[in-house]
Parts: sequence; structure tokens; C-alpha cells
Amino acid sequence: MNFPILSSLILLPIVGALFLFFTKDKDGNNLTGKYVSLFTTVVNFLISIYLWISFDQSKSSFQFIEDRTWIEGLVNYKVGIDGISILFIILTTFITPLCVISVNNSVKNRLRDFLIAILIMESFMIGVFCALDLVVFYLFFEAGLIPMFLIIGIWGGTRRVYSAFKFFLYTLLGSVLMLVAIISIYWITGTTDVVKLYEIGIDVKYQNLLWLAFFSSFAVKTPMWPVHTWLPDAHVEAPTAGSVLLAAILLKMAGYGFIRFSLGLFPVASETFTPLIYVLSVIAIIFTSLIALMQEDMKKLIAYSSVAHMGFVTLGIFTLQQQGIEGSIIQMISHGLVSAALFLTVGVVYDRMHSRLISTYGGLVSVIPKYSILFMIFALASLGLPGTSGFIGEFLILMGAFKDNFLVAVVASLGVILGAAYMLWLYKRVVFGNLINEDLKKIVDLNRSEYFILSCLAAPILFYGFYPDPLINTIEVSVTDLISMHEKNLASK
Amino acid sequence: MENLNLILPEIFISLSIMFLLILGVFKKDSSKILVNLSLFSIFITTILTINETFSVNRETLFNGSIVIDQMSSLMKIITLIGGFLVLVISSSYLKSFKIYNIEYPILILSSILGMMVMISSNDLIVFYMGLELQSLALYVLATYNRDQLKSSEAGLKYFVLSALSSGLLLYGCSLVYGFSGSTNFDIISNQLNSDEYVLTFGIVFILVGLAFKISAVPFHMWAPDVYEGSPTTVTLFFTIVPKIAALTVFIRFLYVPFFNLIDQWQMIIVFLSIASMIFGAVAAIGQTNIKRLIAYSSISHIGYTLAGLATVTNEGIQSSIIYISIYVIMNLALFSCLLMLRRKDQYYEDIDDLSGLSKNHPLLSLCLLLILFSLAGIPPLAGFFAKFYVFKAVLEQSMYFLAIVGLLSTVVAAFYYLRIIKIIYFDKEKDKYDTDHSLWLKFSLTISTILILFYFIFPSLLIEVVSRINII
Repeated sequence: MNFPILSSLILLPIVGALFLFFTKDKDGNNLTGKYVSLFTTVVNFLISIYLWISFDQSKSSFQFIEDRTWIEGLVNYKVGIDGISILFIILTTFITPLCVISVNNSVKNRLRDFLIAILIMESFMIGVFCALDLVVFYLFFEAGLIPMFLIIGIWGGTRRVYSAFKFFLYTLLGSVLMLVAIISIYWITGTTDVVKLYEIGIDVKYQNLLWLAFFSSFAVKTPMWPVHTWLPDAHVEAPTAGSVLLAAILLKMAGYGFIRFSLGLFPVASETFTPLIYVLSVIAIIFTSLIALMQEDMKKLIAYSSVAHMGFVTLGIFTLQQQGIEGSIIQMISHGLVSAALFLTVGVVYDRMHSRLISTYGGLVSVIPKYSILFMIFALASLGLPGTSGFIGEFLILMGAFKDNFLVAVVASLGVILGAAYMLWLYKRVVFGNLINEDLKKIVDLNRSEYFILSCLAAPILFYGFYPDPLINTIEVSVTDLISMHEKNLASK
Repeated sequence: MENLNLILPEIFISLSIMFLLILGVFKKDSSKILVNLSLFSIFITTILTINETFSVNRETLFNGSIVIDQMSSLMKIITLIGGFLVLVISSSYLKSFKIYNIEYPILILSSILGMMVMISSNDLIVFYMGLELQSLALYVLATYNRDQLKSSEAGLKYFVLSALSSGLLLYGCSLVYGFSGSTNFDIISNQLNSDEYVLTFGIVFILVGLAFKISAVPFHMWAPDVYEGSPTTVTLFFTIVPKIAALTVFIRFLYVPFFNLIDQWQMIIVFLSIASMIFGAVAAIGQTNIKRLIAYSSISHIGYTLAGLATVTNEGIQSSIIYISIYVIMNLALFSCLLMLRRKDQYYEDIDDLSGLSKNHPLLSLCLLLILFSLAGIPPLAGFFAKFYVFKAVLEQSMYFLAIVGLLSTVVAAFYYLRIIKIIYFDKEKDKYDTDHSLWLKFSLTISTILILFYFIFPSLLIEVVSRINII
């Protein structure tokens, strides 16, 4: 048996959290705690990079598999990764250290508890992306609710209680049906092992209902229109680091779930329900982009833009084309980086001015130029300018969509224009214009840690914008495999 | 000559009750010794019972009126452990109300004896005898804090309503006896296979009586008042120990004498289960007293336990037993926390008293957080696995409606658990509570919280123990 590298990836943050438990907050600061959590998350990032390097891109099957009896005769603790999950794992381990650093500026009370919550959250998120058993997946998927509930509720803004409850109950409501489906799958096929289920397939007559049950959970988590309403609330009230985790990683769980489970396990049903997804995605893209245009709160605007971007993702996944799915994955990674960066940029000015309203700002470029430049990169990446990672994702998704359904693709393309509109308008109102607000004159530019975080995020956004090959190479084989398996299943039914 | 070794635990515990009673009468200020001695006797009884599980598969005694099998032994062990822990963490609470008397341990012991008889009963009369023995002890326990109006009220209410349900139960028993001509479960099982109209009445009466004992909706009305009024340690006893015995009897009745009449009772159990799950979840939302809230939450937990019984499979029964065991652990943990909310000799039991607890008592709050999320059934805590096994059994029988209603009501239930967590973690803090708790209290909280938190590492352990129970 090889070294259980994936399990150590999952366990390491928890070990870090245990160490943190013995540190103490002093005057709202906790240096040891910060170093411990930074060290843990960075080590985790390095391990995941090692994982990426030693990952064999030409093999289509799952790698680094660990398979252990867990509940006797029922569930095995099975984890493993393929080209798709590795990217999400790296995204997680990349974003979390940045969150830990960003805590410096934003979190003032109960720092230790906050860091513990973030570390535990990280381990659950990694677990979600490498679980190869439905029950194990469900376990990690649901367990993440606990730390996130606390992050929003304890460290959030004024309406944090309402938002935390909404977040928790919405997601839980979606997920319980998935649990019914998972147990039903066990009784139908006799296993919950994803790899085995890929091989044996699930009887067509059950697929539609099961697909819908999974859909109910993923749709809430994605979030898709019309169950997206928890997201703006949660985002707005969560502390910066919480919003970042939520936008960058938590939302990706659902997209990942769609690819891994909805497409992989229910090929016939996925085909049947494609129109439903198309309609909901297009509504999400157009409708939430329009809503985003009207927002006066920066965080809310970005939250709605997330819904629109996730609309692209679901659209791309269900085109069931190579380009579409690859585009969706890249869009998710890119959105993970970009939305994280945008929330952090909002966090930067919020920490200084304690206002998220767009009207508070204006003319920032003349006082804090460094900030304005980085903000511009992220805004442009968000609207999908060529040369940023956002472009690659959207472009591939639309290509896939054009192949599959012309009308949908045309309408979705309109969303790109709307995306440019709200993002540029936001940028214009915040950064350009005259410096009217007197308080703004005293605002200071990025400090070292903020500068570091934002540059860390800007680098991959630009790099993969110009040179997306490493990403595409990693996922290519897995996606091809997924699609060929999908077609094979369809043909056999 | 009957093999009396098989009922050695019962004999031992009855002898110790008599001995303790005499000791209590003749020796002054002997409550402390008495408590210790009763703990010791429970301990010995537990060992005797554990010993039994290894040697006996299924034996009957006294013309088949007592049965000793794997289920009875396991349930007795859980009852005894529950009783032991309740007794051990009661002392400081009772002392602060100046009701630390000799009666308390003796009453607890006699109700445990009654429950052990119930659990082993294979005969209508033996069953009724055990039931009444435990109920009589429980009536007195409910009024144990007799200077308080609420406690007396609780005891009286419990007595009146419980007597009513016992009456129904007896009437049902007499009807069943009339049709089968015997009081022995096995014989009844062979005799009853008709779908006589009046026989259904008998079954319904018996089920109603039993549903009352485990406080399933719509026979739950007594629970919130009694739970609120009784002294907290007695409430703890109420919420865990009698439920185990009543559940065992429930299983025994459904699967031995009434096994051929599944069509008649399955719908009733499904109804009781769904009603309890929904009502327990919804009614708990508006509560302000923690003990009342626990009453409603225990009602909904009973709903899940019954869902397992409704499946008519061994897996279903096993899942119910797993559920009740995990429920016992969670309730024990929750009450240990509740008993820690103390300033001087004053105990606090309003939800608002928990406000901002996490600032002053981080460790206690963390335990509460885990317990509450576990009660809400959020993975990876023990409560999730309890629900998982039950719904696995339910879905095996394709009872989708039951499963979906059950899972949706967990979402409703999650709301009020979250509300408590919100009060603990998000609200403003109040004064500190005392921290000089008895060692046993800390011990029971630590152990139960650890079990809740780390259950997921060895989830098959409990299944292995329970899988030896094969009723059908």
C-alpha cells in the first residue's frame, strides 16, 4: 500500500486545527495561531502541487486510490483523483492560505476560532473533491455546513444570523433528497462506490428521479436560478475570508458534483433534463446579470455575478461536448480565482472605509493606484477579456453550446455583454470619476500582505489566460473519458 | 426446576432494593452510602447481564412467560448503563435542592427492575407487572421535588394520564386474551391470524398504550409538561431509560404476538412515526424552556425510531435499536451540559440563559455545538449515522414517502437546533456560570461527546453488536 497522500491532505488541516486549539488570543491577535495555520495550509498546498506533478495525465482512470472498509459491508472509505478533481483540490489548497493571510486585516475578534473554522472547512472541501464513494461524498458535502454556518454567523455583518440560517437551511433542504437518492442507489445496485457504479450503470427507469434528487442538492449549492437567493445574503454578510471560501470553492462543489455524479451516473437522465438546465442557466445568466446591474452594494453585485457565471458553468456541463465541459471546468477554476480576488478587493476598501456601497467610492485611482490596477485586472478577468482565464472558460463553453443548441448559445452570449456592462460600470463608479467623498482622501494603498494576496491571484489569472495548456492537458483525458463513457451508456440503453 | 441463573440480574437487583430499603430505614443520614451502594448494585447487575449475553441465545422461563435473548440482554445493558449514569450525575443537583434522600436511588432501582421485567416479558401479565412497577416508581420520581408546585403538577399529570393509558393497555390485553385464549406471546402469535374486527381494537388499544409510554404523537401531551416540571435529573431519566424499555416491548409486541397481523399495525406505526417526526420538529420551534424543547425533540426522535420498526425487517429493528442507543448518548450529553448551567445553587433552564455562552465557557459551548448538530443529524456526527441506518432500512422496503417526510422534517428540526447554537455563539454574553462541577458530570459529558464526535471512525462497532438481534 502506498503512502495515503490524499488522506493526509484531508487530515493535515484538522491536525493544524487541533494545534490551534492550544493557542490563545491576545488583544485580538494570535501570532502563533496565524503561523500554525499558515504553515499547515502552505504545506497542504505544496503537497497538492506534488500531487499534480506526480499525477499521470495520460491515464484516464482514478489515481492515488485509497480503499478501506469503513462501515462493514456497506460503505468503503474510498478516495482518489482524476484530472478533474486534482484541479479543484489545488484551487482549494491555493485559496485557503490566502484566506488565512487575509484574516490579518479583517477579523478582529475570536481569531483562533476563525482560523480553526477555516482549516476544518479546508479539509472538508478537499474531502468532497476526492471522495469516490457517494456516502463519503455526502458526508464531506454536508459537514462543510457546520464551519460555514459559524463563519457567517459569528464573524459576519449586521444581518449575519438571518443569512447564516438561510444558508444552512437552504443547503440542507437540497441535500436531504440527495441522501434519499444515495441510499436508493445502494439498494438498486448494491454499492455506493462511484467507480463500480460507472461500470455497472444504473437502470434507466430509476435515473430520472435519482437525477432530480441529486439536482435538488446541486442546484441549491451552485446556485441556480430560482434557488440562488441564499447566495447574495450569505456573501454580503460573511466576513471577507468567508465570502472568498464560499465563492471560490463551495460553489464549485456543485459544479463538480454535476460532472462527477449527474453526468457520470445518470447519462440518460442528463440527456433528458438538458433542456431544463439550459433554460435555468440562461435565465440565471441574463436575469442575474440584470440584477447585478442594479446593485448598490459591491459585494452583492459580485455575488449576483457569481450566479451568472455559474449559469455559464451549468450550461457548459450539460452541452455534453468536450469543449463545453472543459470550458466549464476552466470557468470554475477561473471563477474561483477571480471571485476570490474580487471579494478580497472589496474587502480591502471595506476594511478602510467600512462601507460596501458603491456610492461611497469614486475616484479611487488618484489615491490608491496599485489597488486600482489590480482591481482592473480582476474586473476584466471577470467579464472575460481575452488574455485572462475568464475568457478561455467562457469561450469554450459558448463553443460547446453553439455545437449543441444555437439559440441557447446566442442568448447566453448576450450574458457576456451584460457581464461586461455591470463589471465595467462598477469599476467606473468605484475607481474613476471625481474624488467627492472627503474621507477617501485619507485612504491608504495596499499594505504588503494585501498586495501579496492580490498579486498571487492575479498571476495565475493572467498566466492561464495566455497559456491554458497546463489546465487543459490535465483535464483532457478525464473529460474525453467521461464523454466516451457517456456516449457508450447512451448507446447501450 | 427452572434455570434461575438466567434471571440472576433481576434477582440480584430486587434483593439489593430490599436490602437498601432496610438499610435506609435503620441508618440515619445514609443517602450517600445508599447512592454508592445502588451504583455498585447496578454495576454488578450490568456485569451479570453482560455475562448472560455470551452464554444465552434464546431461552424461556416459567412456562415461557420470561424470555432471555440477545435483544433483551442488550436493551437491559443500555438501560442499566443509562440508569447508572443518571444516578451518578444526580447527586449535586439533588443536594442543591435539599432532596438528596434515600428514596431517590431506591426508586430509580425499582423502576429499573420494572423495566428489566418489561424487557424480558413474554407474557401479557408479566409485561403489565413490569410496566406498573416502573410507572409507580416514575410517578413518585416526577414529584420528587415536592415543595415545588411544578414538580407536583408534573407528577399528578403523569399519574392521571399514565393510568388512563394503562387502562387502555389492559383493555387491549383482555381483548387479545379473549381471542387467543392465552397470555403467552408465542401462543398468541400462533393463535392470531384472523382479521377479526374486534381483535383490531385490541391491537389498537395496546399500541395506543405503548405509544403513550414512548410519547409518540398523538399520545405525547403529557411529555412536555412532565419533562419541564420534574427535577432535571429525573427528566434525564425520563427521556432515556423508560424509552428503551418501552421500545423493546414495542418491538416484542409487534414482532411476536402480532406478527401475523402486519397489515393491521403497519399503517398505524407509519402514522405514529410520521406524526411524531413532523409534530416534534414543528412544535419545538416556539419553545423557550430547554427541557420542554428536549421533550419535543425527543418526540421527533421517537418518530425516527418508529420508522425503523415500520419496516418489518431485522435491519429495521436493528436500526431502531442503534438509533435509540445513539439517542441515549446524545441526550445524556445534552443533560450533562444542562446540569452545568449553575450559579451557586440556582440552576438555569431557559434557552436565553445560554446566551453568549461561548465567550465564557468555550469548551462547554463546543460540546453543546457538537451535541446539537448531532441531534440535528448533520454528518459526520453520530446523530447522522443513526438517521442513516434508519433510512437505509426504510428505503430497502421502498417506503419513499416515509423517508422523504422524515428527512424533510430533519430540516425543520435543524432550525430549532440552529437557534440554540445561534444563541450560544452569536448572542451577547451573560454572567459566568460556576465551573466546580462534580467529576462524574464532567466525565459523562466528556465521554458522551467523544462518542458523538468520533463515532464515524468505527461506525461498524455498534452494528456488529446489534446484528446479533434477529427477531423475525
